[in-house]
Amino acid sequence: MLIPHPLLGPRDAQEFVYLGDAALIDRPDGTAAGIEAFHDYLYLRDNPAGQHRELWYHEQGDRSWLVVTRDTVTHEILKAELARDVALARGRGR
Amino acid sequence: MAEPLPPRTPFGLAEPLRRRIGPVGIVERFDLALVSLAERQGKAEAFATAARAAGIPLPGPARRAEAPPFAAFWVAPGMWFVEAPLDTHPDPVAALKPVFGAAASLSEQTDAWVRLELAAGDLAPLLERLCNVDYATAPDGFATRTLIEHLGCYLIRLGPGAATLLGPRSSAESLLHAIETAAAAIA
Amino acid sequence: MSGPFRLPSGGLIDRGRTLRFTFDGRAFAGHPGDTLASALLAGGVRLMGRSFKYHRPRGPLSAGSEEPNALVTLRSGARAEPNTRATVAEIYDGLQATSQNRWPSLRFDLMAVNDLIHPFLAAGFYYKTFMWPARFWERLYEPLIRRAAGLGRLSGEADPDGYDKGFRHCDLLVIGAGPAGLMAALTAGRAGARVILADEDFLPGGRLNAERLEVADMPGADWAAAVVAELAALPNLRLMPRTTVIGAFDHGIYGAVERVADHLPEPPPGRPRQVLWRIYARRAVLAAGATERPIAFPGNDRPGVMLAGAMRAYANRWAVAAGRRVALFVNNEDGLRTAADLAERGVEVVAVIDARPEGARLPGLRHLRGAEVVATAGRLGLRSVTLRHSDGRRETIAADALGVSGGWNPNLQLTVHHRGRPRWDEAIAAFVPGPGGPPGLAAAGAAAGLMSTHGALASGRARALEALADLGIAARAADLPRAEDAPVSLRPVWHVAGARGRAWIDQQNDVTVKDIALAHAENFTGAEHLKRYTTLGMATDQGRTGNVIGLAVMAGLTGRSIAETGTTAARPPYTPVAIGALAGRSRGKAFRPVRLTPSHRWAEEQGAVFVEAGLWLRTQYIPRPGETHWRQSVDREVLATRASVGICDVSTLGKIDIQGADAGAFLDRVYANTFSTLPVGRCRYGIMLREDGIVFDDGTTARLAEDEWVMTTTTANAVAVFRHLEFCRQCLWPALDVQLISTTEAWAQYSVAGPNARRLLERIVDQDISDAAFPYMAAGRVTVCGGLRARLFRISFSGELAYEIAVPARYGDGLIRALVEAGRDFDAVVYGTEALGVLRVEKGHVAGGELNGQMTALNMGLGRMVSRKKDAIGVVLSGREGLTDPGGHRLVGVRPVDPSAGLTAGSHLLEPGAAKVAENDLGWLTSKVYSPHLGHDIALAYLRGGEARIGSRMRAVNLLAGTETEVEITSPHFIDPQGERLRG
Repeated sequence: MLIPHPLLGPRDAQEFVYLGDAALIDRPDGTAAGIEAFHDYLYLRDNPAGQHRELWYHEQGDRSWLVVTRDTVTHEILKAELARDVALARGRGR
Repeated sequence: MAEPLPPRTPFGLAEPLRRRIGPVGIVERFDLALVSLAERQGKAEAFATAARAAGIPLPGPARRAEAPPFAAFWVAPGMWFVEAPLDTHPDPVAALKPVFGAAASLSEQTDAWVRLELAAGDLAPLLERLCNVDYATAPDGFATRTLIEHLGCYLIRLGPGAATLLGPRSSAESLLHAIETAAAAIA
Repeated sequence: MSGPFRLPSGGLIDRGRTLRFTFDGRAFAGHPGDTLASALLAGGVRLMGRSFKYHRPRGPLSAGSEEPNALVTLRSGARAEPNTRATVAEIYDGLQATSQNRWPSLRFDLMAVNDLIHPFLAAGFYYKTFMWPARFWERLYEPLIRRAAGLGRLSGEADPDGYDKGFRHCDLLVIGAGPAGLMAALTAGRAGARVILADEDFLPGGRLNAERLEVADMPGADWAAAVVAELAALPNLRLMPRTTVIGAFDHGIYGAVERVADHLPEPPPGRPRQVLWRIYARRAVLAAGATERPIAFPGNDRPGVMLAGAMRAYANRWAVAAGRRVALFVNNEDGLRTAADLAERGVEVVAVIDARPEGARLPGLRHLRGAEVVATAGRLGLRSVTLRHSDGRRETIAADALGVSGGWNPNLQLTVHHRGRPRWDEAIAAFVPGPGGPPGLAAAGAAAGLMSTHGALASGRARALEALADLGIAARAADLPRAEDAPVSLRPVWHVAGARGRAWIDQQNDVTVKDIALAHAENFTGAEHLKRYTTLGMATDQGRTGNVIGLAVMAGLTGRSIAETGTTAARPPYTPVAIGALAGRSRGKAFRPVRLTPSHRWAEEQGAVFVEAGLWLRTQYIPRPGETHWRQSVDREVLATRASVGICDVSTLGKIDIQGADAGAFLDRVYANTFSTLPVGRCRYGIMLREDGIVFDDGTTARLAEDEWVMTTTTANAVAVFRHLEFCRQCLWPALDVQLISTTEAWAQYSVAGPNARRLLERIVDQDISDAAFPYMAAGRVTVCGGLRARLFRISFSGELAYEIAVPARYGDGLIRALVEAGRDFDAVVYGTEALGVLRVEKGHVAGGELNGQMTALNMGLGRMVSRKKDAIGVVLSGREGLTDPGGHRLVGVRPVDPSAGLTAGSHLLEPGAAKVAENDLGWLTSKVYSPHLGHDIALAYLRGGEARIGSRMRAVNLLAGTETEVEITSPHFIDPQGERLRG
C-alpha cells in the first residue's frame, strides 16, 4: 500500500506501523473517567467493512502519527491527516 | 587540540573508511557535528528569529539546505538536523543553546549516525537496489528517511552522482555490507 | 543440424552457434534462442517428465510459462533447481537437465503402477483412504504420502548464488511485450513518459515471434524487433526482458522477478541470479496475452499431444517440427493456422480434425469437419489417433504428433489479484477481465479478450493513451500498423462426449473428466469446492491450461452456465518464484542487521563471548585463561563486582531525550509514578504501563535541567517506548510543549558497580563525586579524562554502590580502556549480561522474564509506585478487579531446600502434595541463576498469594525438563535487602 503522507507525499506502507482505530485519540480523562469508560475506550472498536479511520505511525519516516481514512474493502485511501491536527481539532490539548 | 580520549569511527577505526566497488565510491565523513533542533510549542517566532540570527537554514519537508558553516535538513514536523564542521563546533549543543534559549530543544546527534558519502556517475542503479526512493527524479537537496535492509537511514541527494547516507551508528557494518553487495551486483 | 526434427531453415535461433547440453546424461545440441523444450524436441525427445499422481509419461503441452508437464531439474549439485519448466528454460553450453518423479528412469518408472490402480486413486481418494485405522496415520500413511508426494527434489545444499531486491518507479508499467504491449510502450515512450516494459520471455515480441502473421507489411517478428530497437533507444523507457510480473498489489505496486543469470552457467562474480523488483507504477497496462487450452479426450496426455499454438511456435520460432506426421484437433479458426504453417514448412499434416461441422475446408489438406478425436495410442509417445467422423464412423490414423486447440483464455490473472471477478465472454467462450480489478490497471490485447493482431495493437495504443491522459501527459496517437483482424470463430467443445477412457483436464495434478463427474456426484459443485476436492488448478501452473475446461465440464453436469459456475481467484505469484528471490540479500549473516556497541572491538580483543539481544550483540561474559566453563567466568565476574568493582557495557539501553516546558507533566502522564517533582540533577526509577494496566517498560529517567530530561528504556523496548511516547505527544496531549529524540546510538554508557566504584570513577571524572556532592540517585553533566563532556548517573541495578557514565559514542572505546586501566589495582572486572543477570536476580530487580507483558505493578511488588493522584496511561485500568486480586501473582524469591539441588527456569510451583496438573499450578519461575554468594541456585517467581507464602515450602516442577525440586519461598531480595550497599 501507499500512504499519502500529508507532508511527504505517497510513502510505502512498509515504512509505517499500524495501530488501529483512530478513536484511540479520544482517550477519557483519567482523573474523571472510571474503569467502564476506559474499558470502552480501549476494547470496544468498530470493525467496519468500508470506510475506517485508523492510526498509522511513520516510524521509518518523519515519526508522524497519521489518521488515515481507508476503505477496508477496497483499500482505497480517501484521506490522510496529521493525527496531531486531528487531535487538536477534536479538542485535545494539554 | 589533543582529545582527552581517542575517538573511534562507527567501524571502530581511527581513520574514516574509504571504499570503491566497481563504479561506486564510499567515503566516510567523521568530521561533521550533527544536532537535532526542535521548535518549542508557541515559540515559532522566536525560533525563526534565532535561526536567522545564527544563519541556520530551515528547509521544508524532505529538503536539505546549506548556509555555510551550517546545513540543515528536515526530519520531522518542527524538527531539523543541523550539520556543522566538528572542528569549529565540537559541542554543537553548547554552541547553539545560547542562540535559541527556550525557543528550541537541542540534542547532540553527532555520534548517533554513520555518515557515508556515495559517489558514482549515476547513483540511481545503486540506490534502487537499496531503498524505495525514486532517486532519479528527486531534486538535488532532497532529504528523506528511508529503509535500507531494515535500517532507518537518511538519504540526501546532492546530485545525480553524489549522495549522503546517514545510517544508525551501531549498524554501520551491516549498512556497509548492504551497499557493497548492491554495488557489486551492478559493477 | 541440431537434431533430426530441426527444420532446415527459419526460426529465431542463431544457427551459427551450437550449444551442447545433456538431458538425463544424454548429449544434445541446440542454438542460442532455443529453450530446453525446443532443443529436446529438435533432438527427437518428446518424453520429458512423469505426471504427479499416476506417473504417466508426459511431454511438453505448451511452449510457454503455462507448461504443466515438462518440469525438469536444471543444473546439478548445490545449483540444482527442481520443477523448472523446460518450455521457458534457455539452454546454454554445458547445461545439465534431469527428469523428475521417476525411478529408476524416465522411460521405465516403477511408480507408474499408480496408473494401473487408478480406479482407487480418483479425486478425493486421500480423504477417504487414509482415514482409518487412525493409528496408521503417523506410522504408515504420512511417511508413504511424503515419499510419493512432490515432483523434483531439492539439493539439500545451500544455494551458492546471490539474489537481490530492488525498487523501480514508473508512470506506466507495461506487462508483456507482444503486439499490445509493444504498442502501449511505444505510445507512452514516445510521449516521454517513464515506462517499464516487462516481459517474461527472453525475446520480446510475444506471439509475433511464434506466428507468420505480418504487421506493417513485414513479418511480425521483424516489426517487433524494430519496435524493440526504438524502445531500447529511449532514455525514459526501461526494457526488462526475462522479467515476470508476479503480482498486483495495492496502490500500483507490482512484484516482478527478473531472471538475471538463469540463462548463464553461473552468475558473474557479485551478480545475483535473480532480482525481485517492487515496481511502483502510476498506471499499468496488462498485455500478458492469452493461453491456449486443450480439449479433453481419452489419451489426450500422451507425449506428442500438444497445444496447436505451441506446435506452431516450435515450427515458426524454433524451426522444430513436432512430428513427422502431424494431426490437428481444433474447434476454432486459430487452430487452422497451425495446419497451414506446418504445411508451408513442409511438415506432413495427415488430418485436420475440426469439431465445427460447417465452414470452408483448408485447401490441399485433409480437413475433416464435424469430427472429434476419441482415442490415442502409444506408450511413451503418440503413435496413432482415432477419430470419429461426423457420421459416427471411426478411423485410426498413424500420427506422431497431435496439435489441439480448444480456444484461448486471456491471461487475466493480475486483474484478479485484488477483488476483480472475471466476466464470461460468450463470443470467445472465455473469461475476460471483469470489474473490481486493481485501480490503474487496464488490460489490452488478448489479455482483454481481443484476439486479433489488429485488436492487440489498437487496444495497446488506446490503453496507453488513456493512462497518459489520466496522468496529464500529452501524447500523440501513433499510426496503427496494418495487421490481421480475423474473428475467433469458435464452437465450444470442452470434452469429447461418448468416448471411453481417461480424458485429462489438469495434466499437472492428473485431474480427469471422471474426477469432475465424481465431484459432481458427491455434490462438490461450486468452483471452490471443485478445486479443493479434485485439486484442479492447485498445481504450480495454477491450472492455466485446465481450469476453464474443468469449470465447463462441471457446468455441463449441473446444467448451469459457465458464468454461473464461476471461477476461482488467481493469486500471486503468476508463475512460481524461487524462495531465494523472496529472501534477496537477507541470508546468513545478512539475514538481519547487527548492532554493535561503541566498544565492541575492545570486547572482541578481550575474547568476549557475545549474545544476541534483539539485533544487538552484547558481551555475555569474558572468559579468562584457564576458565573452561561459562559458569567459572560468570561467578568470577559476579564475585569480583560485589567484592571490589565491575564494569558493564549498558550502551544498548534505550535513551530518549525529552525536552520542553511541559516535559515533566508529560512524564507524569506516561509513567505510573510521579516525575514532575524530581529536582534537577536527580534521577528516578519509573514504571510505564500500557493503557490496559499491564507493565510496559521500566527504567530510570534523569532531570538534567528544568526543561531537559533523559529517559532510559529497556534494550528490548526502546523502539516501542519511543513510538508510544510519540503517540501520547501527538495524539493525546498535542498542546504540551514536549520534544522527543532518540539518543540511544549517540552515547556509549557503562555501569561501574561495586564497593570501589567511586574510587575508580574518581580517577576518571574531573568533578567531585563524593557521596555528599553526588548522592544516591544523583544525575548530571560532568567531564571525564580532562575535559571530555559526559553524563553521570548514580543508579544501581546490582544493589551495589554504582554509577552509569556516558560519553559520546566515538569515545566509548577510549572510555572502557580508561576505566579498565583505572580499575587495574582494584582488580576491576568487566562483566557481561550473564553476571548482570545474576546481580539483578540476587537483588530482586525485575527484567525480561518478569516484564513479560502480562503482569501489573502490583504483581511485581511495585504496586505502591502507581500514583492515583494524577492521570497517567494505564492507571485507571490497572485498578480492575481481576488485576487487583489479593490472591493474585506476586513476585517472590525461590531457593532449593537442598542447596545442592538445581532449579530449572520455567518450573511451575505446586503445593507439596498436589497432583501435577494445570489446576494446581500456582506460579512459575521467571528467572533462575546460580548465586555464587549464596552458593546455590536462586530464582525469581510469580506465585499466587506470594507474600503470604514466604517461608513456606513448595515444589518446583518442570515437566518438559523432567525436573522436580523442593523449594522454599523467600523474599525476592536475596542480598542486602535494606539497600545499605548502594547508598555507601
